[in-house]
Amino acid sequence: MRALSLHLAVLALLLALHFVLPAYHHANLARIMVLAVFAMGYNIAFGYTGLLSLGHALFLSAGMFGAGLLIQHFGLTAAPALLIGTLAGAAMAALTGLLALRTAGVSLMIVTLMFAQAGYLTLLYFGAVTGGDEGFPVPAAGRVAFGLNLAAEGPRYLVALGLFALALMGNLALVRSRFGRVMVAMRENEERSRMLGYNPFAVKLGVMVLSGLYAGAAGAFYGVMFGYVGATFATIPYSILPLLYVLLGGAGVTLGPLLGAVLMFYLIDLASSHTTAQLAVTGGALLVLVLFAPKGILGSLRERGLASWLP
Amino acid sequence: MTTDLAGLKTNRRTVLGGLAAGGALMLGAAPRFVQAQSSAPIKLGFQLHRTGIGAAYGRWYERTTQAALKLLNDQGGINGRPVEIVFEDDGTDPKRGAEVVEKLTTQAGCDLILGPLFSHVVIGSAPRAGELKVPYLVCSEGYHVASGMLNRWTLQPGITDVRAQVSSMAPWVMQNLGKKVTMVFPDYAFGHDHRDFFTEAVKAQGGEVIAQIAIPPTETSFTRYLPQIPAETEVLYHVMVGPAVLTFVKELGEFYGSGARPQIFGFIDSLEAVDIAAPGLEFLEGTHFWEGHCRVKQADAPEWESTYRAAVGVDDNGASVSDARDVSTYAHMFSCWETLFVIKKGMEASGYQSTADRQKFVEAIEAMTAFDAGLDHVQGAKTFNGKTHQVFGQQFISKVEGGKLMRVHATSIEDGMYPDAVDYTAQSF
Amino acid sequence: MAAVLALSAVGLSLTFGVMRVVNVAHGEFFMLGAVLAWVVVQAVPSAPLGFVAALILCPLVVGAVAALADTAILKRLNYDPEATIVATIGISYILQQGALSFFGPDARAVEAPFSLRLQFPWFGYSGYKLFVVIAAGLVLLAVWLFMTRSRAGLVMRATQVDRNTARAFGINVDRVYAGTFALGAALAAVAAVLIVPIQQAHYLMGHDPLLLSFIVVIIGGLGSIRGTLIAALLIGLSDGIISMFFTPTLAKIVATLAVALVLVFRPQGLFGARA
Repeated sequence: MRALSLHLAVLALLLALHFVLPAYHHANLARIMVLAVFAMGYNIAFGYTGLLSLGHALFLSAGMFGAGLLIQHFGLTAAPALLIGTLAGAAMAALTGLLALRTAGVSLMIVTLMFAQAGYLTLLYFGAVTGGDEGFPVPAAGRVAFGLNLAAEGPRYLVALGLFALALMGNLALVRSRFGRVMVAMRENEERSRMLGYNPFAVKLGVMVLSGLYAGAAGAFYGVMFGYVGATFATIPYSILPLLYVLLGGAGVTLGPLLGAVLMFYLIDLASSHTTAQLAVTGGALLVLVLFAPKGILGSLRERGLASWLP
Repeated sequence: MTTDLAGLKTNRRTVLGGLAAGGALMLGAAPRFVQAQSSAPIKLGFQLHRTGIGAAYGRWYERTTQAALKLLNDQGGINGRPVEIVFEDDGTDPKRGAEVVEKLTTQAGCDLILGPLFSHVVIGSAPRAGELKVPYLVCSEGYHVASGMLNRWTLQPGITDVRAQVSSMAPWVMQNLGKKVTMVFPDYAFGHDHRDFFTEAVKAQGGEVIAQIAIPPTETSFTRYLPQIPAETEVLYHVMVGPAVLTFVKELGEFYGSGARPQIFGFIDSLEAVDIAAPGLEFLEGTHFWEGHCRVKQADAPEWESTYRAAVGVDDNGASVSDARDVSTYAHMFSCWETLFVIKKGMEASGYQSTADRQKFVEAIEAMTAFDAGLDHVQGAKTFNGKTHQVFGQQFISKVEGGKLMRVHATSIEDGMYPDAVDYTAQSF
Repeated sequence: MAAVLALSAVGLSLTFGVMRVVNVAHGEFFMLGAVLAWVVVQAVPSAPLGFVAALILCPLVVGAVAALADTAILKRLNYDPEATIVATIGISYILQQGALSFFGPDARAVEAPFSLRLQFPWFGYSGYKLFVVIAAGLVLLAVWLFMTRSRAGLVMRATQVDRNTARAFGINVDRVYAGTFALGAALAAVAAVLIVPIQQAHYLMGHDPLLLSFIVVIIGGLGSIRGTLIAALLIGLSDGIISMFFTPTLAKIVATLAVALVLVFRPQGLFGARA
C-alpha cells in the first residue's frame, strides 16, 4: 500500500511538473522519462534477476530503427510504428537471450556486448537503408499518433509520462507477482530455484524478452519523439548508460532507474555548463557515489528501513 | 519514517518549484530585456565538439571562433550591439547534440546556434533546431544540407560540402596522376559520400575506380586491408577521419615503404591536426592532398592571410604559435570564422533585433548570392545557393615538398557545382 | 598485433583471476601508457634512449596510479563486483579527462627506436614489429616465471584460489591485491609503449584494447594465462583471415559473431576449467 501510494505520488509530481517547469527542463524531463523506461527494462534483467547484460543498446536501437525505418521507407504513422518498434526490441532480446543465456556472469556480459557490437556494425553495413552512422531525421508525417503531434512540446511530455507511468506500474505489478519473486530467487540462488521446480532458462528468457520490450519501447518513442534515428544509439556507451542509471538510483528498486536517470542527466548537464572538465566531474561523482552509497541511493535508503516504500 | 519521507518530498517539490519559478523568470525576462535595451549583447550559441571523437577539431573551432568574435566586436559588433558566444560541449554525440541545441536556445536564450562539424551530430540536432525555430548554421562540410535531408532553419554558409569538394578534384587527378583509382575510405556516410561522388566524377572524366576499400569505423589498425589494393592501381585515394587517422597513414607508409607505389592522393582530413613531419610519415613526400584552406602559408597569400593567422594564433606552418607540435585543423576551421561574418551580414540585412526576427534572418541569408574574399572570408570568394542553403568555394590541391604542403592547383568555384536537389525556400518555417 | 594483445590481456586476466573484479579502466591504463610514452620521448633528446626510458618509466607510473586507485577506492568497496564496475568506469572518465586536458585531443606519433625495414617485392614489413613480438614474448615469459616460480607469484595464486585461507596463513591480502592491480595495469602500459611507435597516442585509444582484451580473457578461460596467450594468437590470426574473405565491415560482423558463439557454446572458455 505504501509502495503504491509512493509510486502514484511520483507520477502525480511528474504531471504537476508539466505545468510549472521552464521549457528547457520540461524537454529534459521528457527525455529522462523515456530513458528511465530503458533503464527500468535493464533493472528488470539486472537489478531483479541478476543478468548482467552489456548489450541493451541492441534492443534500444532495434526499437528505434524498427519504428524509424517503417516511417521512413513505408510511410507508416507513429502509432503502428511505435508498436512494431517496441515488439522489435522484444524480438531482438528473445533472439539474443536464446543464445546468450547459455552463459552467465562476466561471460554473459561479454557475449551480449559482442552481439550488440555486431548489431551496430550491421546497421553500418546496411547504411544505404539505415543511414549508417549519420542516421536520418524522422519525417514529420510519421510523428503524429492519433492526431497528437509528438513533435510538439506539450503532447511529447504527456506521451512520455504516459509511457513512463505504464512502464512503472507494470514494473511494480511484476515485482509483486509470483514471477517477480521467482526472478529474485533466480538472482539469489539459481540452483535452489531449479530444485524448487523452476526452469531457470525459461525464466531468464522471459525476463530478457520483457527487458527487451521496455528497451524497444524506449528506443521507438525516443526516435519518434525527438525526430532522429541513428546508429550511435547502438554503440557501447548506450549499453553502459542504463547500467549506470540503475546502479546510481538503486538496483532492484522500481524507482531507482528514474532517480538514476535524473541525477546522471543533470550531473553531465551541470558539469558541462560550469567546467570544461566535465568528464572528470562525472567520473568523480561516480566514485563518490559508489564509495558512500554502494547500493545506489534508493538501495541504501531501503536498507535503512524504507523497504515497504521501495519494492 | 513517514514524516521523514513526506518532508523530503515536499522539500523536493518546493526546491523544484523554486527552481522552476526562477528559471521561468529568467527565461521570460531575457527577451524583454533585449527589446528594451538594444545595446544588450547579441548572444550566439556554439555547439562544440569539446570531448569525444571530434575533440581535435573542436579545440581549433573554439579558438578560431574566439578570434573571429574578438575581431567582430573590435569592429563594432552587430547592428551596434556587442556579441557574445556561449560554448557548450556536445561530446560529438547526436543525442547530446540535440540537448545542447535545446539548452542553448531555451536556457541560455541564444539568438541562434552555429558550429557543429560531425555530420551525425548535425543530423541528430537539426530536427530540434527546426522544432524550436532557431537558425542553425553548421560548419560540417557534409552533403546533408544540400541533399534536402534537413530543414529550413539549417544552413551551411561557411564551408563547401563534400560532394562539391570531391567532384572538383576528379579532373585534376585524372589528368595529372592516373586513370585507375583505388579508394580507401571509412565505411560510414562521410566515406560513402566520397565513394559515390568521386566514382561518379571519375567516370565522367573517362577514368575508372577499380577497387573500393571501406574500413569499418571501429578499426584501429589497418595493415590487413592494405594488401587488398590491386597491383595495377595508378592512384591511391585515401580519406580517413577520427582518432586513428595517424595510425592509418603510418601503416600506409609502412606498407609501401621505399618500394614502388602508385600516386597517392589524399584528403587532408586523414591528417588534420597531425604534424606532416611526424615520424613514420616521410613517405608522404611527393604525394598530393586536397586542402580546403592551405595549411602552410603560400608565397602568393593575400594580405589578410597574415592577419587571420595572427588572430587565431597559427604560425606559417599551420601550427599553434605557442607549440609547434600542436597542429591546427586548418583546412576546416576557417568555416567558423566565415560563418560568424555571414551571421553579421544576415543580421544587418534583416535588421535583427530579437529572437522574434529569427525568420527574417534566415530569409536574409537565403537572399545572399556571393561573398567576396577578404578578412571576413579568409578562405576565398564564395557563391551561395539560397535554395539549397549551401555555399561553394575554391578548393586546393597541394603537394608535399620538403615536408611542407605546397599548393599546385586551385579549382574554380564552378568545378564543384551540381544541380539543386532541394528548394528549402519552398518549405514552411 | 597478437603479441601486444596478449600482453594487455594477460594484465586483465591477472586482475580478473586473482581479484575477481572486472576492471573497465584497463583500456585507460593502456592509453595512459601510450600518452606517457609520448611525453617521455619528447623530454629525452635521443630517440632510442627516450624509448628505453619510456619502457621503464611508463609502466612504473601507470602501476603506481593503479595501486593508488586500488587502495584509495577499490579496497574500500570490498571488491564488490558491481560497485567495482561503476568505480572503474569513474576512474576511466577521470583518466580520459586527464589525458584530454594535459595531453590534448590530437593524435601524436612516437618515433620507433630504430627503423630497420624488411623489403619484399610487393610490400614492406618493419623490423620494429618483429622486435615488438620478441619483446612481448620476453615480458610474458617473465610474467609466467614470476607467477610460477617466485614467492610473490605463489602468494598471488594462493589468494586467487581462496582469499580467506590466504589471509588465515598471514598473507596481507590487501597488499597482494594492490600489487596485482598495479602489475596488471603496468602490463597494459608495457603493451602500449611497445605499440605506440607503430600506431599513435590518443586520448580515446583505450577503448579497443579493452574490448579485445576482454574477449581474449574470456575465450582463454578466466585467470588462465596459458589460455589467454593461445586465445590472443587465435583471435589475432582469425581476424586477419576472415578479413580476406569478406568486405571489411562484413568481416568484422562475422568475426564478432564467431567469437560470441564460441563463448556461448564453450562458456568456460577454450582452456579454462569449469568453475
